Amino acid sequence: MLAFIVRRIITTIPVMAFVALFVFSLLYIAPGDPAAVIAGDQASPADVERIRASLGLDRPYLVRFGEWFFRVLQGDLGTSIFTSLPVTQLIAQRIEPTLSLMVLTLILAVSIAVPLGVVAAWKAGTWVDRAVVGFAVLGFSVPVFVIGYLLAYTFALKLDWVPVQGYTPISQGLWPWFKNLILPAITLGTVYIALIARITRATMLDVLQQDYIRTARSKGVAQNSILFLHALKNAAVPIITIIGIGVALLIGGAVVTESVFAIPGLGRLTLDAILRRDYPVIQGVVLIFSFVYVLVNLAIDLIYTLVDPRIRY
Amino acid sequence: MTVQQSAPVPGDLAVAPELPDVLKPRKPLTGFTGFLRKNPSITIGGFLLLIMFFIALFAPWLGTVDPTAISTARRTRVPSELYWFGTDMLGRDIYSRVMYGARVSLLVGFSVAILASVAGLIIGLFSGFVRWADGIIMRIIDGMMSIPPILLAIALMALTRGSVQNVIIAITIAEIPRVARLVRGVVLSLREQPYVDAAIAAGTRTPMIVFRHILPNTLAPMSVQATYICASAMIVEAILSFIGAGVPPATPSWGNIMAEGRALWQVRPHIILFPAIFLSLTVLAVNMLGDGLRDALDPRMAKRL
Repeated sequence: MLAFIVRRIITTIPVMAFVALFVFSLLYIAPGDPAAVIAGDQASPADVERIRASLGLDRPYLVRFGEWFFRVLQGDLGTSIFTSLPVTQLIAQRIEPTLSLMVLTLILAVSIAVPLGVVAAWKAGTWVDRAVVGFAVLGFSVPVFVIGYLLAYTFALKLDWVPVQGYTPISQGLWPWFKNLILPAITLGTVYIALIARITRATMLDVLQQDYIRTARSKGVAQNSILFLHALKNAAVPIITIIGIGVALLIGGAVVTESVFAIPGLGRLTLDAILRRDYPVIQGVVLIFSFVYVLVNLAIDLIYTLVDPRIRY
Repeated sequence: MTVQQSAPVPGDLAVAPELPDVLKPRKPLTGFTGFLRKNPSITIGGFLLLIMFFIALFAPWLGTVDPTAISTARRTRVPSELYWFGTDMLGRDIYSRVMYGARVSLLVGFSVAILASVAGLIIGLFSGFVRWADGIIMRIIDGMMSIPPILLAIALMALTRGSVQNVIIAITIAEIPRVARLVRGVVLSLREQPYVDAAIAAGTRTPMIVFRHILPNTLAPMSVQATYICASAMIVEAILSFIGAGVPPATPSWGNIMAEGRALWQVRPHIILFPAIFLSLTVLAVNMLGDGLRDALDPRMAKRL
């Protein structure tokens, strides 16, 4: 087991290195002078020169990548062009709201989507099933910011149940934090719920046709325990896989959700960086998010062995 | 079921009396209309999509005015008889912008679907057939897939000037790995098929095997994947434009109209509402088409998903 964990961690290293190389190279793949691209349209020639010097464009590409990569390994993501602050510091300031939003969404989505999928599979072909499938298709089709505005307009503006926008740090109390974050979490979670519910339903449909389920039924096991103990356990691997893959949706969606609800997180940092063409910040955020995504999927791989003893590495 | 009178029966055998046709004979659903009735999801999705195509194509003749015409005198009007969907902050007619916006969304959606499919197909076929390249290509694809697609598109767009063409390229790059991986998977499983072995044994050259025996079998899963890519590309385009990293602000696109309405959403929600409805309907149409296509092309999957 330990050997497997170590081996699995080692295999993520080349992937991370490639991501780093790719993120670093983006600036040079883009057409035109990188310094001019970063400086933008309103920059003076002096600005372009300053950026050119800070990028070290006069030295070979691989040397520059090596230096940059070495600094990243030491936890230095460079300096923001606009604010002149270290990128790591900017990210550290903004990480709490984004992390809160994503964790709350994850918990909320999984606890709604999995039962939804199970019930849909159990009641396959009935109106309950059709409603869940319909919801899933709809969830995939309505863009995340549309859901956000719809919810904010109804529950915050018209019904006045929760604050319209903003973020309350968790240090100021759990309830205010939750009240501020619940709408964004539902917004961000909709696609995710649709995705997980759909896979749960499909896998459960398969599992429920197995012989051992019929055996369990014939010996009189209660319906709930058939569904949630016997069947769901065996459907767990694909469901957990999709929960991991879906984190990519959460990351992409967080950028948009944060801008709808004015949450001062990493998404807002990215947006501001785009508008100011602050490339080191964009680079840093993409790298951090990708890193998180790889780690989540690494964790998922390790969870497999816990939920399914048949999987041995 | 009909009970058909069979050949004459020997007299001494008891014969069941002929049953009346309690159940009317069911006509098999054949032809084009039969196909449409058997696949309601394709019918509804296709119909909705046709309407959107019609809107995109005939936008200038649908009672629209110049979608970029600015008039400060009629800013942020609510929907009325004169301005069906109201006007935005610069006094542009939202109805006209929404109608013209169909062009950008459909163009981006379909271009990305086609480009990403073709590129992914080539990479997938190559990776599935050329053993020494497979390892390298798959590592690169693993790496690209560990960057969330929207983030990758954002990073690419941050580096280039906003234009429809660049948006298409950025989203295509973000979508290629998924197609390549799908095609490679299909190729690897097809390679083990006996008929491919037979073709190899018969001395068929590799290009012939790829184009004759492998390629046609990848097309069904590919076309389903292409519809999903089309749907996701339209959403990503709207997101990019919404956050200011997409098509130029003056261009009427659904994402841009919603970006315009962002500052005013509490007092003038209709600016966001109308493009949102059109965008959601179009994406829904493409998704339904994809689901229907998947069920029609792979009946085994139909029962499961």
